[in-house]
Amino acid sequence: MKSILFLFFLFSFLFPQTDQMNADNIMKAMDENLNAESRIVTSKMVVRGRRSNRTIESKSWVVGTDLAFTEYLSPPREAGTKMLKLGEKLYTYSPQTDRVIQISGHMLRQSVMGSDMSYNDMMEDRPIEELYDATIEGSAKVDGRDHWIMVLDAKVKGLSYPKRRSWVDKEYLLPIKEELYAKSGKLLKTSSLQGIKKVQGRWFPSKFVYKDELKRNSKGTEWIIDNIEFNKKIPDSRFSKALLRK
Amino acid sequence: MIRFLAKGLIRDRSRSLFPLLAIIITVTLVIFGIGFMEGAMNNLLQSTAVISSGHVKVVTKAYKKESTQLPNDLALFDTKNIIQTLSDMYPDYFWTPRITFGGLLDVPDEMGETKEQAPVFALGLDFFSERSRQVEIWELEKYLISGRLPKDRDDALVSTKLAKQLSVSVGSSVTLIGSTMDNAFTTYNFNIVGTFDLNKGQADRQMMLVDISGARQALDMTDAASEIFGFHNSLYYNDEEAVTIRKHFNLTYSDSIAQILRNEESYDALSYMAGWNKISNVEKRNLPRQRTNALSDNQMYDNAEEWEDLSVEDPAIFTPIMIALRDSNQLASMVDFSNVAMGVMAGIFLVIVMIVLWNMGLMNGLRRYGEFGLRLAIGESKGQVYRSMISEAVLIGFVGTLVGTILGVSLTYYVQEFGIDYSEALNQISTGTLVMTNVFYAKVTPELYYIGFIPGVLATVLGTMLAGLAIYKREMSQLFKELET
Repeated sequence: MKSILFLFFLFSFLFPQTDQMNADNIMKAMDENLNAESRIVTSKMVVRGRRSNRTIESKSWVVGTDLAFTEYLSPPREAGTKMLKLGEKLYTYSPQTDRVIQISGHMLRQSVMGSDMSYNDMMEDRPIEELYDATIEGSAKVDGRDHWIMVLDAKVKGLSYPKRRSWVDKEYLLPIKEELYAKSGKLLKTSSLQGIKKVQGRWFPSKFVYKDELKRNSKGTEWIIDNIEFNKKIPDSRFSKALLRK
Repeated sequence: MIRFLAKGLIRDRSRSLFPLLAIIITVTLVIFGIGFMEGAMNNLLQSTAVISSGHVKVVTKAYKKESTQLPNDLALFDTKNIIQTLSDMYPDYFWTPRITFGGLLDVPDEMGETKEQAPVFALGLDFFSERSRQVEIWELEKYLISGRLPKDRDDALVSTKLAKQLSVSVGSSVTLIGSTMDNAFTTYNFNIVGTFDLNKGQADRQMMLVDISGARQALDMTDAASEIFGFHNSLYYNDEEAVTIRKHFNLTYSDSIAQILRNEESYDALSYMAGWNKISNVEKRNLPRQRTNALSDNQMYDNAEEWEDLSVEDPAIFTPIMIALRDSNQLASMVDFSNVAMGVMAGIFLVIVMIVLWNMGLMNGLRRYGEFGLRLAIGESKGQVYRSMISEAVLIGFVGTLVGTILGVSLTYYVQEFGIDYSEALNQISTGTLVMTNVFYAKVTPELYYIGFIPGVLATVLGTMLAGLAIYKREMSQLFKELET
C-alpha cells in the first residue's frame, strides 16, 4: 500500500513537471535550430504592398544576439544603405545623406524598408528561452504534420509581444506558424516558416512570412533566405561604426 | 432749384454740417465694418485653405479615409495627367500638387553625429513650375524673416519657431528622418535657405516648406502627390461654387473611374466561376456590371463592420475624389455659421445705422417746424415745402454717403493692405483644422461701393419724409396763431 501511495505522489508530482520540461526542451531545441554563434545570410525581402511589390536584397553578418551588420544590395535606391546593431543600439547609414543615424525610441516601431517587420522585431532576436515561459496547450495536425501548440508568456518586461502562440513542428522543432499578441490580447502579427531544409545539421526555413495584422489589407512580407552559413568566423571589425561609411 | 437748395444748405450750417458729419461717420463705419468682417472671415478661410484644405482638393478615396495619419502610401499617382484634366474641366481654378509628410529633423554636429532633433511637419509645394502661385498664396515674400526662397530641389524653408528649437539658421544642413510612400525608412538632406513666420499662431510651429521635387526624391514619390489643391483664380473662396464643382467632379470623373475599376474586379472574380467559359459574350459583359451594382447598392465594398467576411475589398480605393473646403473637419458648420453670422451682423449694423439716420432726418424736420409754418404762411404750397425738404435730404444723403464711401473704402483698403495684428490674443487658438491668422485684413468687395447708400440716402430721406408728413397735417388757419407763440 505504501509503495502504491508513493508511486501515486511521485506521478502526480512528476507529470506536470514533465510537461514543463518538455516545453522548455522544445524552446531550447527551437533556439538551437534558429540561433547560432554566428551566421552570414544573403536574403531577399519581398514586400507585398497594396499597389505594388518590392524586392530588397541584403547581406547580413550576425554574431550571437548582440552584433549584426546588414548591407542592402538592391534596388538602387536602397543599395549601399547599411545597418549596425551593437547590443541595444541600432545605427543606420544612408549613402544619399552620408549620415549615421541612431534609431531609437518610437523609430524602433517603424517598419524596416516598408516591410511588415519593425526595427524592434530585429532587435528582439534573443533566444526565446531567455524571454518567455512556455506551456504546451495541445497538439494539432497542420498540413498533415504533427505540431505542438505552445503558449509563450513573457518573463522579461518591455517586449513588443508579451504573448505568442506557436505551432511547433514535432520533427523540425521549429515554430511553423506563430501568432504574436499585445499585452491586451490583441493580435499584432502573424508569421510562418516555409521550405524547411537541413542546413549544416539543423532544420532551417528558407522562407519566413510576416504579416502585420494591424495593417488593413496587408499582404505580408516574405523573407527569402538565398544563402546561409552558420558558425563562420566573422572579424570584430565588421561591427565597427566606421565600416558603415565605407 | 438744386443750386438754390445747395446754397441754403451751405449757408445754414445747422442744416448741413451736422447731418453731413453724422452721415459720413455712419456710412464710413458701415463700410469699414462690413469690409473688415468680410476680410476677416476670408482671411480665416484662406489661411485654412492655403495650409490644409485648398478651396477644393483632390485625394484618393483611401487617403481621405485615413488623412489624419498623412498616409502617403495612399497618395495620388500620375498627378500630371490629373492636373491637366482638372485644369481643362475647371479653368477658373488653378491646381497644384502637394506632399504632406511628417518625420524627424536631425541636425548634425561637426562629426556628423546628432546634435539636435525635433519632429517636423513638412509640406512639399510646387514652387518651381512656370505658373506656380505658391509664393503668392503663402505670401512668402512678406513672411520671409531671413534668407531667400527655395531655388533648388534640396532647399528648405523652416519656421522661425522650428529654427529656434533646432538652433539652426540659414546655411545649415538638416537631415529628414521619415518614411517613403512604401513605408520604408528614409533619410534625406535639406539645406536651410530661409526662415519664415506665417503669423498664424502655432500652425507653423514645426513647419518646413520644400519644393515638391525634393519631397518626391526624399519619399520616393515620382509623379505622386498626397493631394492636389485647387484655388479659385481670384483667391476668394466661394462656397457655393466649390460645392458645385466637387459634386460635378465626383459624379462624372470619379464615379466613372470607380465603376470601371469595380467592373474589372467583378470580371476577374466571376471568371474563376465554374462554367464561365460556357456562357455567352453578352452575359460576360453584363454579369460583372450586375455584380458591381449589387455590391455597390448593398454597400458591401469595404464594409466589414456590417458585412464581416462578405465585405469586398474596394478596387476603387485609389480613385481620385474631390473635397471642398467645407468638407474638412468642422469647417462645414463654420462656413455656414460664418455666412449666417455675416448676414446677421451686417443686417443689425445696417438697421442700427438706419435708425440713427432716420432719427436724424426726423429731428431735422421737426427742428424746422417754425420755418415750414412761415413758408406755408407766406404762400408756399405744402407739396413744394415737402419736396424741397426731401430734395435737401437727398442732397445731404448723397454727398454724405459719397464722402463716407470714399473714407470707408480708403480705410478698408488700408486695413486690407496692412492689417490689424492680434498676435497676442490668437497665438494659442490655431489648431490643425482651423488655422487662425494673427493679423486680420479687411477686404474691399464690390458691395462696399454701394452698401453705404442704403443708410446714407435711404434712411435719411425716409426719416425726412416721415417728419415732413407733419406739414400736411397743419391747418392754414392755425399757422399765425402758432407763429405768434
